[in-house]
Amino acid sequence: MTQEGYNPRILGFFCHWCCYAAADSAGVSRYQYPPNVRVIRVMCTGRIDVRFILEAFRCGADGVFTGG
Amino acid sequence: MVEAGRSPNIEILTSATLKSIKGRAGNFTAEVFQQPRYINEDLCTACGVCTMYCPRPIADVYNERLDITRATHIDFPQAIPTSYYIDPKACLRVNYQTCNLCAQTCTAGAIDFSQKPKNMKLKVGSVILAPGFGRVGHDVLEKFGYGRYQDVVTSYEFERLTCASGPTEGHLVRPSDQATPKKIAFLQCIGSRDVTCGNGYCSSVCCMYAIKEASVAKEHEPDLDISLFFMDVRTQGKGFDAARKRAEEKYGLNVIRARVPKIDQIDSKLALTWTTDDGESHSDLFDMVVLSVGLDAPEDAHAIADIAGIELNSYDFCKTSHGAPLSTTKNGIYVAGAFQGPKDIPESVTQASGVAAIASELLKEGRGSQTITVTYPDEDKALEEEEPRIGVFVCHCGVNIAGVVDVKAVRDYAASLPNVAYYEDTLYSCSQDALKAIAQKVKENRLNRVVIAACSPRTHEPLFQETLRSIGLNPALFEMANIRDQCAWVHAQEPEEATQKSKDLVRMAVAKARLLEPLAQPTVDVTQKALVLGGGAAGMTVALSIADQGFETVLVEKSKVLGGNLRKLTWTVDGQDARKILKDLVRKVEKHPKIDVMLDSELESTSGYVGNFTSTISTGGKTEMVNHGVMVIATGGKEYKPKGYCYGESRQVLTQLELEQRIAKGKSGFKTTKNVVMIQCVGSRGEDMEHCSRLCCSQAVKNALKIKELKPDANIYILYRDMRTYGFSEDLYREARQKGVRFLRYTPDNRPEVVKQARGIKVNVYDRLLGEEISIPANLVVLSTGIAPGENENLSKLLKVPLTQDGFFLEAHAKLRPVEVAVDGVYLCGLAHGPKGLEEAVSQAKAAAAKAAIPLVKGKVAVEPIVSRIDKATCIGCGICASLCPFNAIQMVKEGKRKKAETITASCKGCGICASHCPVLAISMGGFTDEEIFAQIHAFSPDGCGEGSEAEKK
Repeated sequence: MTQEGYNPRILGFFCHWCCYAAADSAGVSRYQYPPNVRVIRVMCTGRIDVRFILEAFRCGADGVFTGG
Repeated sequence: MVEAGRSPNIEILTSATLKSIKGRAGNFTAEVFQQPRYINEDLCTACGVCTMYCPRPIADVYNERLDITRATHIDFPQAIPTSYYIDPKACLRVNYQTCNLCAQTCTAGAIDFSQKPKNMKLKVGSVILAPGFGRVGHDVLEKFGYGRYQDVVTSYEFERLTCASGPTEGHLVRPSDQATPKKIAFLQCIGSRDVTCGNGYCSSVCCMYAIKEASVAKEHEPDLDISLFFMDVRTQGKGFDAARKRAEEKYGLNVIRARVPKIDQIDSKLALTWTTDDGESHSDLFDMVVLSVGLDAPEDAHAIADIAGIELNSYDFCKTSHGAPLSTTKNGIYVAGAFQGPKDIPESVTQASGVAAIASELLKEGRGSQTITVTYPDEDKALEEEEPRIGVFVCHCGVNIAGVVDVKAVRDYAASLPNVAYYEDTLYSCSQDALKAIAQKVKENRLNRVVIAACSPRTHEPLFQETLRSIGLNPALFEMANIRDQCAWVHAQEPEEATQKSKDLVRMAVAKARLLEPLAQPTVDVTQKALVLGGGAAGMTVALSIADQGFETVLVEKSKVLGGNLRKLTWTVDGQDARKILKDLVRKVEKHPKIDVMLDSELESTSGYVGNFTSTISTGGKTEMVNHGVMVIATGGKEYKPKGYCYGESRQVLTQLELEQRIAKGKSGFKTTKNVVMIQCVGSRGEDMEHCSRLCCSQAVKNALKIKELKPDANIYILYRDMRTYGFSEDLYREARQKGVRFLRYTPDNRPEVVKQARGIKVNVYDRLLGEEISIPANLVVLSTGIAPGENENLSKLLKVPLTQDGFFLEAHAKLRPVEVAVDGVYLCGLAHGPKGLEEAVSQAKAAAAKAAIPLVKGKVAVEPIVSRIDKATCIGCGICASLCPFNAIQMVKEGKRKKAETITASCKGCGICASHCPVLAISMGGFTDEEIFAQIHAFSPDGCGEGSEAEKK
């Protein structure tokens, strides 16, 4: 996508116990992925209020990634 | 592992060997020899620069020699201690006084060649042996072409080849030509169930791990064709059969029941020939063969036994008995894990907790005498309440971050953010001297919030929070920006983008830090008493262990006598007198001054949380209240009552337990017995219940051998699906075969049929070798009926502890927390957890006793600060939160006319499901408030996105 000039800003809500841990171990293994996501750590995806997602879009996010 | 590394009361001595043990239980002196690491563990920051510069390549043993590492290395990134070490055999500096490159490049100054080997004497009260298992010899593998044909690999090697952090980064290739294989065969029982190599036992774990490895391989390469060659498919673990079935269906694994005698190479392919149990021979070519290698006794088993003065069994594993599986033959020395016998992770972890209980029983007099407790200064509340003064520390992590991210630019960017009063970059912020420097800067600048942009809070937050506490700041006033694991490491080729991302993450962290509030870290007093539900073997063992550790225990038994299912057993699988074990247990329980036995009693209701439960017990119509701090579920299971097979219609059809009682009466019951037919998996493995009952195969061969003793000329047939005599029970299976017991395999679509005749009964079964149905006239038909769950639904609802699909209680984590449940302060063991034999039930009971004793010993439960807080004024009492809470941590309390929700902080795990579902936003989460998260979302936008908007002000 970036080659076509589309460089989306993605906000991630990652569960501390699984997705956040997985993102860390992707780092330990030096997996490379595009630098488009900014992560907010939560203790469980159950914490994610629908208002957070709407607010993220209002703040210009092109996508929201919830991982848990 | 991380927890063990962090505990101030666990000292880890690596590269150390035991030289001698003198003394006796309660007072041993152990002599330990320790090799130097040549790297100071306290200074090493695990950045990896030393490995990068080390010129001495060595085989990477952790990766099964499939990769190369350096003399200076760490085995794997998560190793504890998180410190590198130097292999003295390969190091140029150690051997030739040259090189010294690592010392020159280590900016943390951790390399220390002045370290010398050490001999130390340790005073200990008890010794626990947990050396694990050894490797099956090379000669055994060579029989299957290993070493001769490159594409014959061991299961250990295959595991590394499919691992994302392995030598091929998870790309499955075959060693000979690095090509992706298309067709793979797994050969089971390599070095197991094989008397020719001296290992007559079953290694218990290989069937399941082979299925796991095959599944992982299929996930990497969906077009792979995988065949697994089993003698029997032994997936007897809890939930394993279901997992196997799913894997077979999802990945289309070919399960073949045959033993492949040898392997040949034809061109670049491996040729396998085998005969199936219908007598037909087959052959096929494969690209790669995986040898599912068994677990051997540790190589130094004899040395350990000599030093510790303990006995080994005939296979060089530690000698133990089914009634006392964790005790060696020497008092005060205990054993856990695979050295006690081949076993999987859940059983190993269980045993590890179990030995802790036994050691705690032995050492209760000295408890607390040598414990290290950490104390902190009082919090500076005034400073915490001042306008936020944030300190931002940006870590280089050597070159780990700074090699990609422009750390200084990030630091300077932080300076432009609101409320940032101090900013700095540090080389290794987690090193001891950097922590001291950070503490000093925080003090000097009167900072009351700290942001560290470095690695992951998952690994390092506790360390930095500890630093804050040490200078009187609340640990909640801390936030991390993960610019290493989730930035520098994963965007190594995009330095500009990574620097921008780091700035964004720091901005978001600072935005949250401005709103952080100190969180209370309360403790709750614990009622030092345990409630044990169920008076069978497991329940009695738990009660005795907790009482022996010094705590009052109430043992509640539903029936009028103690003993549970153990009352129905005559012998254990290892030939001990089950009735004697029962008698001993009952006598000890009844005599114990700290155990209060309540017979004919049941739990009626329970309320409270870890440390403070109140339960109502009903005894024959009367009720009694018991206050207790912890609770153990040991309510057992029951023998499955068979349907069909003429059970109940003919007196010649018995269950295994009924047979056992007849055997106990002696020869008279078998005078006229000519033919005995045993049918396995009655009710189990998909006939009525889905699970495998785990112990029936061993029970059947045990009873078959007993009948052979009483009536040597009896013909015994065992009709089975897979003989699952795992572990050392395999010896009984082999003995039964040798003594002429006949084993006929049947498939679930062609089950044996019991037919009543005018005189006697017969069993029809399809004989796979003959290819036709045969009829066996039987004097006795014995049904191996397996274990059904007890009436668990009520208790499950009462305690909010979930059940598995099979109706047994579900543990908190199958591998890591096998005797705990989702609710804090409640523990689980015995048949209530799932089918198992006496040996495993006793280990598990000891483990539950160890876990239950932790809050009792501490006398206080620390409450996590990240808990939900409910604003009662806003709460409308709708109860949505209480119904959604997975941990039973919210209760509805009547206040005036209305009900209000209240968090039981001791049970809350901080997940925040309640907060995100509260319709009136009355719930806030410590450390993750709506305001804090909104601030992060706003800071996500470079222009702040209407910072201070309505949502945030709320």
